[in-house]
Amino acid sequence: MSWHNTPIALMAKALAAKEVSSKELTQYFLDRIEAGKRWNAYIDVNAHLSLEQANKADLLISSGKAGKLTGIPVAHKDVFVTRGWKSTAASKILAGYQSPFDATVVANLGIPDENNPNGAGMVCLGKTNMDEFAMGSSNENSAYGPVLNPWNAAHVAGGSSGGSAAAVAAGLAPIATGTDTGGSIRQPSAFCGLTGIKPTYGRVSRYGMIAYASSLDQAGPMGKTAEDCALLLSAMSSHDPRDSTSLADSGEDYGRYLNQAWQGGNTNAAKPLEGLRIGLPKEFFAEGLAADVAKSVNEAAKSLESLGAKLVEVSLPKTKLSIPVYYVLAPAEASSNLSRFDGVRYGHRASEYKDLGDMYQKSRTEGFGAEVRRRILIGTYVLCHGYYDAYYLQAQKIRRIIASDFQAAFKECDVILGPVAPDVAWRLGEKSKDPVQMYLEDIYTLSTNLAGLPAMSVPCGFSANQLPIGMQLIGNYFSEARLLQVAHQYQQASDWHLRQASEVA
Amino acid sequence: MKLDDVQRIAHLSRLELSQVEAEAVLPQLQAIFSLVEEMQAVDTTGLEPLAHPILFLRELAQPLRADLVTEVDHRAENMQSAPAQQDGYFLVPRVIE
Repeated sequence: MSWHNTPIALMAKALAAKEVSSKELTQYFLDRIEAGKRWNAYIDVNAHLSLEQANKADLLISSGKAGKLTGIPVAHKDVFVTRGWKSTAASKILAGYQSPFDATVVANLGIPDENNPNGAGMVCLGKTNMDEFAMGSSNENSAYGPVLNPWNAAHVAGGSSGGSAAAVAAGLAPIATGTDTGGSIRQPSAFCGLTGIKPTYGRVSRYGMIAYASSLDQAGPMGKTAEDCALLLSAMSSHDPRDSTSLADSGEDYGRYLNQAWQGGNTNAAKPLEGLRIGLPKEFFAEGLAADVAKSVNEAAKSLESLGAKLVEVSLPKTKLSIPVYYVLAPAEASSNLSRFDGVRYGHRASEYKDLGDMYQKSRTEGFGAEVRRRILIGTYVLCHGYYDAYYLQAQKIRRIIASDFQAAFKECDVILGPVAPDVAWRLGEKSKDPVQMYLEDIYTLSTNLAGLPAMSVPCGFSANQLPIGMQLIGNYFSEARLLQVAHQYQQASDWHLRQASEVA
Repeated sequence: MKLDDVQRIAHLSRLELSQVEAEAVLPQLQAIFSLVEEMQAVDTTGLEPLAHPILFLRELAQPLRADLVTEVDHRAENMQSAPAQQDGYFLVPRVIE
């Protein structure tokens, strides 16, 4: 049985029917991880710990205490702290760090125990590679080296959740967690042919998620299908008193609309999306969008139209400005969040220094990579006395305009559709010399983080050079279940999400 | 932004930059700030800054919990990743002579 091609929705049925054990599934994926090291998707694997969890999951199943996801393996982005596995955010400054606790996401998905009675019972396969502290769009900023794209090893996997994307695309995990501060779930999902969703800000707890930009960071699932993402998101999201921005209305079944028509009733009708208005923002199809990406996204829009949706043009006039706004706010928050790394309580400490100040300075300089240092410098500058109003406050004011523009667009439509990124996965090294060129690649994903809206990536075609293309669906606040419904209906009528990279046997 | 600014913010950030490194990072920061300058053309008179996305939707009260002891002693686990420690304390270079 080729379990790596199997959606977790089917894996759950096989486990429940005792056709396979969690231990067998876990060993299957551990073997594939061992054989698939060249993608550099994982930065910490511990077969002993994974198999121990699988044994516990099998006990839960045999004693009738299993939930929907019990026994299914999952890979965690290394931004989530985990007991047992190292937690480093792919940074040298946290090399070898052992967390004394599990992130809420890890606990919610993990094996239930006395501290965590409601865990979903999933088995952790290990920690996936990422851009250092989630800062990057290509996974080339990792202290552990870049992740290679399973569709073409000469190309990037996207970032910052590139390891999670490559792990699922290469069949080294059936599903994975990711985080998205400016596109870090959606863009690598698009680059690797996966389905991924960033929920509304506050749906998933940030407790134990190593912070980059706290007002933008949000976790979500990356998998093969919208149905799989709905299953994982339902288990990930919860109200968490340990995260002050966690929303009280967080726990829900995000898959409840999957098998319904947009206006209710069953989906057997020829036009299950009748009544759905899809807005195409003209700014998302303007100059700078690659022709093959535009073509695939437009064809996806036509397919959705043939399922009954109505297409309307909308406008998000400040789309281009989301880049400077994001690259002021995110570094400002990062410079503050990363001030905790000082070589005193945990993490890297320089071996030689003159005094305490010198120890801080040398430890941080040695521990952080070039892009992280650059963003700390930007953030420090925009928060300086004299520049604060012109940069930081001005960015926060435009952030309000961006959020308002989305509400104006949602008066005309229910869901917004556009590309995830202007192009498909670029070649390794192609954009890493010029930070601005890399930042411009985030143009279609940043604005939803600034507004806090849910958005997803859904495979919708291939480029001329055979790399996956993703379309982006953006919904209004708390409409994740509706986005997943639209994506699921599209996936019932298309097979882009089922395609496998030829190098992945 | 000038070279002096780079050294000043590097110091505020507790990062060490050699003259060569500062000269290399300066044009990168200047390119980023020429992008950032595009924000100045936007009229934001009368707009409130938005610090947190959910504040766009509703007022948020700071969540409070009852003032009870909820944590047990995790001292050993919390200190296991310390670069230098002694007798349950973090060790740092002498600060008072």
